[in-house]
Amino acid sequence: MYSASAIDKATEFCFLLCHETSYNYKYSIRVPVTESNPHHCDPIIPLLLAMTIIPSKMMASTMLSLVSAALPLQENHKGKMNLGSSDCSSFLRKEKRNPFMKTKSFGRINMAIAVNTSRFEGVTMAPPDPILGVSEAFRADNSEMKLNLGVGAYRTEELQPYVLNVVKKAENLMLERGENKEYLPIEGLAAFNKVTAELLFGAGNPVIEQQRVATVQGLSGTGSLRLAAALIERYFPGAKVLISSPTWGNHKNIFNDARVPWSEYRYYDPKTVGLDFDGMISDIKAAPEGSFVLLHGCAHNPTGIDPTPEQWEKIADVIQEKNHIPFFDVAYQGFASGSLDADASSVRLFAARGMELLVAQSYSKNLGLYAERIGAINVVCSSADAAARVKSQLKRIARPMYSNPPIHGARIVANVVGDPALFNEWKEEMELMAGRIKNVRQKLFDSLSAKDKCGKDWSFILKQIGMFSFTGLSKVQSENMTNKWHVYMTKDGRISLAGLSLAKCEYLADAIIDSFHCVS
Amino acid sequence: MNSQHPDGSVFSNIVRAPEDPILGVTVAYNKDTSPIKLNLGVGAYRTEEGKPLVLNVVRRAEQLLVNDPSRVKEYLPIVGLAEFNKLSAKLIFGADSPAIQENRVATVQGLSGTGSLRIGAEFLARHYYQHTIYIPVPTWGNHPKIFTIAGLSVKTYRYYDPETRGLDFKGLLEDLGAAPTGAIVLLHACAHNPTGVDPTLEQWEQIRQLMRSKGLLPFFDSAYQGFASGSLDADAQSVRMFVADGGECLAAQSYAKNMGLYGERVGALSIVCKAADVASRVESQLKLVIRPMYSNPPIHGASIVATILKDSDMYNEWTLELKAMADRIISMRQLLFDTLRDRGTPGDWSHIIKQIGMFTFTGLNTEQVAFMTKEYHIYMTSDGRISMAGLSSRTVPHLADAIHAAVTRIP
Repeated sequence: MYSASAIDKATEFCFLLCHETSYNYKYSIRVPVTESNPHHCDPIIPLLLAMTIIPSKMMASTMLSLVSAALPLQENHKGKMNLGSSDCSSFLRKEKRNPFMKTKSFGRINMAIAVNTSRFEGVTMAPPDPILGVSEAFRADNSEMKLNLGVGAYRTEELQPYVLNVVKKAENLMLERGENKEYLPIEGLAAFNKVTAELLFGAGNPVIEQQRVATVQGLSGTGSLRLAAALIERYFPGAKVLISSPTWGNHKNIFNDARVPWSEYRYYDPKTVGLDFDGMISDIKAAPEGSFVLLHGCAHNPTGIDPTPEQWEKIADVIQEKNHIPFFDVAYQGFASGSLDADASSVRLFAARGMELLVAQSYSKNLGLYAERIGAINVVCSSADAAARVKSQLKRIARPMYSNPPIHGARIVANVVGDPALFNEWKEEMELMAGRIKNVRQKLFDSLSAKDKCGKDWSFILKQIGMFSFTGLSKVQSENMTNKWHVYMTKDGRISLAGLSLAKCEYLADAIIDSFHCVS
Repeated sequence: MNSQHPDGSVFSNIVRAPEDPILGVTVAYNKDTSPIKLNLGVGAYRTEEGKPLVLNVVRRAEQLLVNDPSRVKEYLPIVGLAEFNKLSAKLIFGADSPAIQENRVATVQGLSGTGSLRIGAEFLARHYYQHTIYIPVPTWGNHPKIFTIAGLSVKTYRYYDPETRGLDFKGLLEDLGAAPTGAIVLLHACAHNPTGVDPTLEQWEQIRQLMRSKGLLPFFDSAYQGFASGSLDADAQSVRMFVADGGECLAAQSYAKNMGLYGERVGALSIVCKAADVASRVESQLKLVIRPMYSNPPIHGASIVATILKDSDMYNEWTLELKAMADRIISMRQLLFDTLRDRGTPGDWSHIIKQIGMFTFTGLNTEQVAFMTKEYHIYMTSDGRISMAGLSSRTVPHLADAIHAAVTRIP
């Protein structure tokens, strides 16, 4: 133990509570020592003193680690580094050389008694993502009957993920060519940017010929939307984005994180299981002039309900009237109807009116490039000069986010879309994928109609388009789908038909009928 | 057209942004038609023949991946490829790191170094009580932009001493010593960019002690592990030193240079926490940063890295190719130094061989740099930083000529 004399020798103790934070207690303790008897400075003494004033709420384990933490510097005996010794004398001698330590006849031991609490102790557990978290839950389920209708990722009839043949061909071509992996420019692969704009607007479109489109490669749909959101925040301060009710769950997160205010316009009418067109027009009209209106180019997510061409014209009318700016999210071009041109008609309608607009594109679904993160943000401006300026500012936003985008997916798209043979082959594969979904819709409708004794009208399944169907199931009913039937879907009642096989339609019909009629 | 605005455009108030100072060098270089032009701007490795290099082991890994019929392109989890994350943490912290064994490390895949730094900065701005980050002077040009946009307030600490062309250690300790408790400190793990000046291990130890005594939070940027000295372990010593004392830190890793995966955008952010349950909560919050930014990261580059790191043959092959790249750069340093010495170029050029990594901070001023670009078609950043990776034995004499002319004709 410690002799009385040792403690006596340490006559002048000065405790300074230098700084107290939630996470760290730092004590600066002056102890009198002389060069001749350095051992009187025993590290245990200040420790004992420190321990007496530590708030009692700390647990014993913390105290123990406090002791070990305070032993000067020597932590990892197994490590190659000898980080110092616990002998106070050598510690002090080191201190003397240390420029930030003042030494007099008193040695000053500055110990960061890092309390064994993390500085991130207050970080709470975030909830799982409502969409991507569904797949996590699905993976954890051991039931044979389980069905993943959560995230919109295409599955074959055998419910296997699908890599398109054209994609495999393109990758093999790329491998054969042995291309390098140099940084892309901040705006991405030029060849990709060219073909993506042409795919969207049509190759001969005036907006392209007049160089009025600023196209920047982005990280799929999300990343492209985020670039646009950042542009809006910076250059249209206070401007709101109007989003449909409901919309893809991540839209709000993107605008929130980009600090862009948003409000909703009516879209889905649960009574008709269709479009609340009057509500939509009314809400767009009521919004402050110069708002951005987020529109789903085709295959609305999550409802699958798209405006008709006549309705698109009226939407364009009211947007022009209010000097709003259309902002399209095009994640399913080609995937909705099976035709790339038909699925781009809404965007082209607006462009043909000479309007300025934003369009975010994704190749996750239509080229099955989900994990490659390939998309683009296109900003159609009234002049080539404006487009050049806008592009330069989009680059400024991308640089501190990720510097420049990933090459692999961009090259695949450039190869497929840029090569006539591969492009045609792609169109065929896309028709097959869209076709399978249409077949599944039909079979599901037939099963539901046959099994449902209550005469509910299930035709909305056939009227809706794209990967998803908005079943009209409530949150509680959706939970029943999962808990009782092992059918995984999002709580808003959305099911991904891309994850449904013909073989599973009857089972799903049973689940839906049960949840609909027996759960409230 | 929009009727509200004079020229009919809602974008009329958007001005043209200047080119990025670093990436803009390549843009300017590409425009130059001179046959003797030399690009020493961006830090991308070049062979002796001046060509970009894809490592053999990378090609092999890609071959395996593309030819594997069972491979799919499904969305990765928000945090990225799990295998990649584990292997990356082991690479930087050491396979036997207690922090890893105790599950105290939250690792997420990021978009190379930039993306990983950005995620870490966003996380700190949301969840850490101290929003000030100290960055060295000078530092990579993109650092302050990343931290500022993430919501942190950027301050500086002295680092480079132009007199000695070495480390201003006294200034560094003073400035970090004066930092408020808990402030974040950006540290270049090795091969400081742009100066190439690294602290010695003893100096690192002092930095560590100082930082721990003030509760400063280390945020490492590790973009050159293995590329600086040729040894992956040696280049990770600074980071491991901080992890070894049981404290917390952040580390952003990039595979752009050391695996030559520049354009694939592969990296990782690790947050070393005091406890496993903290790491778990931290990871969940990192996901909330990533999801609204790009949902989940790209698979290709991460798969290549994972394929190489987990196979001992490929891993060994990688270390050899990595060492060869590092050695070539070291030999270019020696050659440039010798050439300047033989020319009798005025000044002390020993910093060229003392500095480490891809870059040399020449000490040339902006006028001299502009002169070298105009008269000798040599492209570099205006701070006098040159990428040694862009040199070859064929082009060193041209560079030496340019430097000689610049220092003799322009004070």
